[in-house]
Amino acid sequence: MSDRYEIRFAGSGGQGVILASVIVGEAAALFEEGWNSVQSQSYGPEARGGSCKAEVVISRGEIDYPKAVSPDLQVILTQKACDEYAANTKPGGIVVLDDFFVTELPKVDAEIIHLPIVRTAKEKLGRELVTNMVALGVAARVLEKKGFLKPQAVKQAVLGRVPKGTEELNAKAFDEGYTMAE
Amino acid sequence: MPKVAFWQGNVAIAQGALAAGCRFFGGYPITPSSEIAETMAEELPKLGGKFIQMEDEIGGIAAAIGASISGVKAMTATSGPGFSLKQENLGFAYIAEIPLVVVDVMRGGPSTGLPTKVSQQDVMQARWGTHGDHGTIAYVPSSIKEMYELTVKAFNMAERFRQPVLVLGDEIIGHMREKVLVEDGLEIVNRKRPVVAPDEFVPYKADPSDDVPFMAGFGEGYRWHATGLTHNDWGFPTNNAADIEKKMLRLMRKVDRFRDDIVEYDTYEADDAEVLIVSYGSVSRSALRAVHEMRQQGMKVGHFRPITIWPFPDKELGAYASRVKKIIVPELNCGQMVTEVERAVHGKCPVYSKGLVNGELFKPSEIIAAVKEVA
Repeated sequence: MSDRYEIRFAGSGGQGVILASVIVGEAAALFEEGWNSVQSQSYGPEARGGSCKAEVVISRGEIDYPKAVSPDLQVILTQKACDEYAANTKPGGIVVLDDFFVTELPKVDAEIIHLPIVRTAKEKLGRELVTNMVALGVAARVLEKKGFLKPQAVKQAVLGRVPKGTEELNAKAFDEGYTMAE
Repeated sequence: MPKVAFWQGNVAIAQGALAAGCRFFGGYPITPSSEIAETMAEELPKLGGKFIQMEDEIGGIAAAIGASISGVKAMTATSGPGFSLKQENLGFAYIAEIPLVVVDVMRGGPSTGLPTKVSQQDVMQARWGTHGDHGTIAYVPSSIKEMYELTVKAFNMAERFRQPVLVLGDEIIGHMREKVLVEDGLEIVNRKRPVVAPDEFVPYKADPSDDVPFMAGFGEGYRWHATGLTHNDWGFPTNNAADIEKKMLRLMRKVDRFRDDIVEYDTYEADDAEVLIVSYGSVSRSALRAVHEMRQQGMKVGHFRPITIWPFPDKELGAYASRVKKIIVPELNCGQMVTEVERAVHGKCPVYSKGLVNGELFKPSEIIAAVKEVA
């Protein structure tokens, strides 16, 4: 699977994990050169509260299977999602966990990064709504370190997606996440 | 210059429809197809087109049929439960010879089933869901690029043959997003307009060159009689045996005789394959990964992908059947297209069915395991 890099965002419906994955996919497809990307999601019929996962596969080549087989990077925002998905991380991969909702850490052969994603959105930025943008900032830093996507490309995709008038708040949330992952 | 886009599959269908010249959408939103309606609602008014959300799925296809009769390229889009409701009017469009594109983004059934989960359970309904004989043209896209391009083709075929053409997406392809190079300058086909004066026009008199009658827009001054009853060249109901047979055989023949223009398929590593996987739609994405991985392990496995399931690429697949040892058909139902595969293979090699109906897409590893089990 070395020809592809798989990223999964998982949490609860309403946390914005689908949008986060769309933004990473868009960053690769539209704001970088020479990357292909495919984004997909899985969720139930409820509008909020159900389990939700969203995945992006990026590759320099053609992407056949559109879903993650064993994600290289996971960003997980609830304990339920952590219990369900963390074990599936690619050996040697990275799992980013929110420290407010995920308190029991998984035993996995992967680097665990435990960060105040939800708390930063809620307490520092005053809007839990921007949790996904903080998470995206973290993911962007990881993807930069791995030499895949430039954080500017991800930020550009953020600004292209969020509603008018909220750019500043979302950009700030993204920056908070990015710095947090240093 | 091709444009780079990162489209959702359903958006690509809507964009393909607009590029093909569709200017009317009648429908009723239903997961996992709703984004087609949403996109058309936003985009059609900008192009002078009309979007109508009707009271239900039946009204949606009825409105689209009416729009097409008036001379506008029209479509409706739905998922399984809505596709069931549309069957009666679909039959009407076949016999009244109304160009129309109907999209079914397949989810799990029967009935309300699984709104957010994938299936391929409607592939036989697409062929035989409405009663009575008719030729069916149905595309099964497996990428966002195909969602766009095959929708354009579906409109072209609908206009060319004066009948409904189906695009069978599925929840995976409908909801996923993918980088796509959007080609411009795709071929666009428009229906044949009358070449005679209104008083000389016989509405269902077919052009012998293709068995397709010329089509006037309702209200343009030409005679029009639209009926679901079997009709003569004037469009009036008939019980005359010769007229009935003439109409029915022409309905079948107008598609059959151009079968080679319609049928499309794709192959991957099939030429020296000992085991051939036949799959379509989203499943082919898993199957291609499986072939790639099995080839790396030295297994001689290939892939055959129908792009049109109706008409089915039977003689094309049949040609491979005498060269391979085994064929396996993974699909997201309990074994539907496998019966067409068996018909095409005609006993030349064993055919195995691998169904999956748990609402998920096959993982490549599941296809590899299925191949190893029969190999």
